[in-house]
Amino acid sequence: MEEQRYTISIYSENNIGLLNRISGIFLKRHINIESLNVSKSEIENISKFTIVIISTEEWARKIVGQIEKQIEVIKAYYHTDEETIFQQTALFKIASHLLFDERQIQNIIKESNAQIVTVSRDFFVLAKSGRRFEIDEMHEKLKPYGIMQFVRSARLAVSKAEMPISKMLQEFYQDK
Amino acid sequence: MESVKSKKQSKTKTALNITGAEAIIHCLLEEGVDLLFGYPGGAIMPVYDELYKFQDSLNHVLTRHEQAAAHAAQGYARVSGKVGVAIATSGPGATNLVTGLADAQIDSTPIVCITGQVPRHLLGSDAFQETDIIGISTPVTKWNYQITEASEIPEIMAKAFYIAKSGRPGPVLVDITKNAQFDSFDFSYEKCDGIRSYKPVPKPDIEAIETAASLINSAKKPFIVFGQGVILGNAEEEFKAFIEKTGIPSAWTILGLSALPSDHPLNVGMVGMHGNYGPNVLTNECDVLIAIGMRFDDRVTGNLESYAKQARIIHFDIDPAEINKNVKVDVAVLGDARETLGLILDKVDNKKHDAWHQEFTKKYKEEYEAVIRHDVLPTKPGLTMGEVVSAINDASNNDAVIVTDVGQHQMVACRYARFNDSKSSITSGGLGTMGFALPAAIGAKMGAMDREVVAIIGDGGYQMNIQELATIFQNKTPVKIVVLNNDFLGMVRQWQELFFERRYASTEMVNPDFVKIAEGYFIEARRVTKRHELNDAVREMIKSKEPYFLEVKVEKEDNVFPMIPSGASVSDVRLK
Repeated sequence: MEEQRYTISIYSENNIGLLNRISGIFLKRHINIESLNVSKSEIENISKFTIVIISTEEWARKIVGQIEKQIEVIKAYYHTDEETIFQQTALFKIASHLLFDERQIQNIIKESNAQIVTVSRDFFVLAKSGRRFEIDEMHEKLKPYGIMQFVRSARLAVSKAEMPISKMLQEFYQDK
Repeated sequence: MESVKSKKQSKTKTALNITGAEAIIHCLLEEGVDLLFGYPGGAIMPVYDELYKFQDSLNHVLTRHEQAAAHAAQGYARVSGKVGVAIATSGPGATNLVTGLADAQIDSTPIVCITGQVPRHLLGSDAFQETDIIGISTPVTKWNYQITEASEIPEIMAKAFYIAKSGRPGPVLVDITKNAQFDSFDFSYEKCDGIRSYKPVPKPDIEAIETAASLINSAKKPFIVFGQGVILGNAEEEFKAFIEKTGIPSAWTILGLSALPSDHPLNVGMVGMHGNYGPNVLTNECDVLIAIGMRFDDRVTGNLESYAKQARIIHFDIDPAEINKNVKVDVAVLGDARETLGLILDKVDNKKHDAWHQEFTKKYKEEYEAVIRHDVLPTKPGLTMGEVVSAINDASNNDAVIVTDVGQHQMVACRYARFNDSKSSITSGGLGTMGFALPAAIGAKMGAMDREVVAIIGDGGYQMNIQELATIFQNKTPVKIVVLNNDFLGMVRQWQELFFERRYASTEMVNPDFVKIAEGYFIEARRVTKRHELNDAVREMIKSKEPYFLEVKVEKEDNVFPMIPSGASVSDVRLK
């Protein structure tokens, strides 16, 4: 079966140790985590993990099955890129004098729709949100001028299909 | 923890201003625990101090190693169906539990392990006997939690027991910092009956059950493979009713052993690497394969590429993650086996399948001539493991709980031991933990004092937890220990013989005098080296009301057959 990128979304309680438990599921199967983000979700007190892996669909399905087995996981999903809306953000720290010495940099900022986050005497910081390839392109363009620091966030994704977590929680309370 | 609200029952036990350590005792008592296995040490001393005060209501069994405490808790749980409890100190005490946790995890055994931990203010400081047992035990526990405040104890302990025993059971570890044991708080205990993020038992899907029933009804050569799910779900009666109505030949995985009486006419034996010939070969000839509470382990399936490819497959299981994990199935029936088997009973037809059954009988005869006769009624001078197991069957009227370790003796015991009752075979199946049997037998005996408990162990595994003879002596636990001694790590030697051109790398054992060792622990002991001594010795052992040790010197280089070589197909099971 063909390998491709899958975005795994996990709704869970916010407990110490759960990240370790979830990452262990990938470790046990020798699967690399391409990116990982943990944040609050649309539901109060419920966390959301967004994990990107490259694998076959069969493995993505099995991993989601193992993740859902964890006591504090409410529900997990896997989606292909086509089934999600996703973005990443990158920060570029660049020497301030380049802004004046290298006029092309200003064009790169304009063309790539990047934001200037801060400017100080020594450096300025650009923020760029978008698809991975857009960030990569901007990185390639800026690289020749010298990038002091670069960092790119994990993928953030929402699925096109519904993830009915609130309904599942309601059912639990109704059953009681 | 605020977000993890457990649904509570109305019954509440309260006690004002008690220490965390005392609270732990009350939690155990509230959960119906009257016995726990453990080993004291610095970080768990406040709890032991309370155990001293509560010794009339809570019996603590001092094992000689924490690993043995975990295995004893497993043995207790497996024989009784209740949650086994083990307790240990921080650091090495906690890490010594890990093998037991891993074993309980892979064999779905409900145990709760309690470990002491350094005080909260010392966490992460590399304090004396500090170890990150939460990190270490995460992959081998169903759930774990570190308590750092006394007030957390009731809710976490309630969750621990609930999680360990509900759904697909498993091990839970609760790590408790020393300050949380010392601090006082107002105790109030309510049993847990639900966690919003945890759905232990899927609701049966009637449509799936109907699809399964119609497949079963139209099958010409249906075949059942059942596992421990039948035992864990207390579904033995429902299972029996189902197979008797449908007339389907039924084989068991090693952990399903004893769920169906050995002499039941539809019991066709064991599947897997050293299972019976018929069940293995006919797996690839059935038209509908019905898997019940089993997980298609690689030791059961052999090569997946050639496993039951001709069959439609129905999988009954409580764990959705097991569906399509190893074998792609046509119908998944999720739920508790007792419930789903109960529901399907009305929907299946009365059938006999006599001709199909004849094929199992024919294969059994082939296996009997090629293997079983030589194992059970040998004519060669050396004693076989099979005849010892048969002698135990005879002396105990098939009523004993048989606890086995890992290796050749385990395969032979599971092949030849006969059972009348469920929950009677206790072995380390998934993990294959040598050293399991002796402590597990202690736990099993304490969990079923009215039953005969016989541990059958190899000379290798016996020495991995031989120190537990002291626990047996101290508690006067009347377990019967049979060591089948071939002075080899027999199963590894067998593989060396068959697949490594007899290069016996580190498998020959120069053993001590096991009888003297048992006698050193004041345990009555006897050694059998000749066939004519065997029956008498086994009868004497079974008759004894005390702990008893029996060493049987068996043939040094016997092999266990049938055998599916690693990676081969179930069709290629070898009879020699």
